[in-house]
Amino acid sequence: MADAGLPVIARFEVRHRNYLAPDGSINRPLPAFASDASLLTALYRAMVLLRIFDRKAVALQRTGRLGTYAVSLGQEAVSVGIASAMRGEDVLLPSYRDNGALIWRGVKLEEILLFWGGDERGNHFSGPVEDFPFCVPVGSQAPHAAGVAYAFKLRREPRVAVCMFGDGATSKGDVYEAMNFAGVHRLPVVFVVTNNQWAISVPLRLQTGCETLAQKAIAAGFIGEQVDGSDVVAVRAAAEDAIVAARDGQGPRFVEAVTYRLGDHTTSDDASRYRSADEVQTRWKEEPIARLRNYLVGQKMWSKAEEEALAAECHARVEAAVERYLATEQRRPETMFDHLYARLPEAYAAQRRELAGEGDV
Amino acid sequence: MSEMTLVEAVNLALARAMEDDPDVVVLGEDVGINGGVFRATAGLQARFGPERVLDTPLAELLISGLCVGMAAQGLRPVGEIQFMGFLYPCIDQLVNHASRIRNRTQGRLTCPMVLRTPHGAGIRAPEHHSESTEAMLAHIPGLRVVIPSSPERAYRLLLAAIRDPDPVVFLEPTRIYRAAKGEVEDNGEALPLDVAFVLREGRDVTLISWGAMLKETMAAADALAVDGIAAEVVDLATLKPYDEVTVLGSVTKTGRCVIVHEATRTGGFGAEIAALIAERSLTSLLAPVARVTGYDTVIPMARLEQHMMPSVDRIVTAARKACQFS
Repeated sequence: MADAGLPVIARFEVRHRNYLAPDGSINRPLPAFASDASLLTALYRAMVLLRIFDRKAVALQRTGRLGTYAVSLGQEAVSVGIASAMRGEDVLLPSYRDNGALIWRGVKLEEILLFWGGDERGNHFSGPVEDFPFCVPVGSQAPHAAGVAYAFKLRREPRVAVCMFGDGATSKGDVYEAMNFAGVHRLPVVFVVTNNQWAISVPLRLQTGCETLAQKAIAAGFIGEQVDGSDVVAVRAAAEDAIVAARDGQGPRFVEAVTYRLGDHTTSDDASRYRSADEVQTRWKEEPIARLRNYLVGQKMWSKAEEEALAAECHARVEAAVERYLATEQRRPETMFDHLYARLPEAYAAQRRELAGEGDV
Repeated sequence: MSEMTLVEAVNLALARAMEDDPDVVVLGEDVGINGGVFRATAGLQARFGPERVLDTPLAELLISGLCVGMAAQGLRPVGEIQFMGFLYPCIDQLVNHASRIRNRTQGRLTCPMVLRTPHGAGIRAPEHHSESTEAMLAHIPGLRVVIPSSPERAYRLLLAAIRDPDPVVFLEPTRIYRAAKGEVEDNGEALPLDVAFVLREGRDVTLISWGAMLKETMAAADALAVDGIAAEVVDLATLKPYDEVTVLGSVTKTGRCVIVHEATRTGGFGAEIAALIAERSLTSLLAPVARVTGYDTVIPMARLEQHMMPSVDRIVTAARKACQFS
């Protein structure tokens, strides 16, 4: 035991933010933006679209028309809430489960399908051109975010890099190295961890000995806040505070969105191998879409008719995207060389010709 | 024009690139006030300020990852890793991001970064400071791997690397950082990448090498000349992608080839060149392609390291044997 008589030289605290209870009632006064019904319903619409899109993507995968896919089921509030607080000129550095953020920022559904369908053209998307593609090696995009934010700072541009990753990524040095650097230089970057409790089969208690992931920011010298990640109002409010502060030159922030992955890790995973149906069933009672709907309905901001219209609209939008995806013309094999280098070195031109059937190798 | 060492030429190229292009940023451990452990960045921070000559935390993965983010934003970052033995945390970033972000995004994002690191043994350094694992890097699609062998080529190839629109790993031969001296005119002119340099013409045998090992290779060519053997010496300079035309042209002319590298033999870059010659120029060969390389062992610490590295004698012996083969 440490000597109780020794002086304390530092104390830290981690705040937790929540507004909407699982039943849609409010725990504390909502932030100002929540009085804007059109914004709240836009968040709701985006989450519903994402869930319907996810369901369709899984169906496509099960019928052999899409590759492995990572669903957002249960954690729709995080990517939608975060992206909604960003400006177009900010840069998003997403992990592979942040479809909701990409869609909010203008990436087309068929582009996301193309990516998961095994076609790099899905990453040449219609969203902001400087946004990064999905990052698959966990957490390795965090140093990129610090680099992007450094460029913003060097050029005195009032822009913010927003880097998203999962709870597993917080165990990696990449994330800590990036946060540490961002803290040193007070960079305009917001790190967001979607703490969905499971890194494939490894639960949070085996991922970290920390009480919160948010406290990892303390070691990097900035504020980490925990939010209820199934409460889109809380996610959006925390993201907005963090992004505004970062844009204002106050340095980086870290947001831990505590939520739950109701689905499998990907379509290649079977989560019933490592967690109980009871646990999942319990968590369904906290999920973000019903939560916001209950609130909106209670506030007379949303009706059954609007719900039905939204469902029809989302289904139509998704079906149309699927059609465009399935109708996308196959790339010619030799195009795999087209973006390897700015100009294909002569040494590899012969290989390209071989693929093109002009074999002279 | 003034005579300078190879490391001074690196410094000159960095200064020139930073002067010419405000997007060029130098970053790494100790690159600022200390000017780098080998002084490759000496004076740059005083001249260009701490925002563009940036001392990073001690985190190699971070340095390479920052470069990717900066480059995607249109900066031209030049990261320094103090020794090649510390480059390995960067491999994830090089393989998964730097080398393929252009391809992944179909050209929407690009990565015009340079990662510099001292390369190779022979300076009696501590463990992990004498690596020559260039073949590992040369295996990565989408990357460029460049190794200069003289002050002139260090200056002009580094300028080319910084101006190149794709990621380049720039391996600086530690052993000749100060031993190699030569005239360099600071005129901002670059040499082409992906091109091998014929340092010496000859009709009897082709000696192919890169980096510091060219010192022994050139000395071997001198020794062979005494015996009346005219060796052609090729400095590969860019290993990824490498200049197949010059290699095959030279071997076709001489009919004999000895590849010299200090890196371990198995899976070394010499194997790639030997395979190319076997595939494309077998009928022009008058003798088997020979490799003079480091042994398949961990690079020894100071007391034994010279026994690991190819000597002039080993190169001469291999070349003579090739010339006597019938």
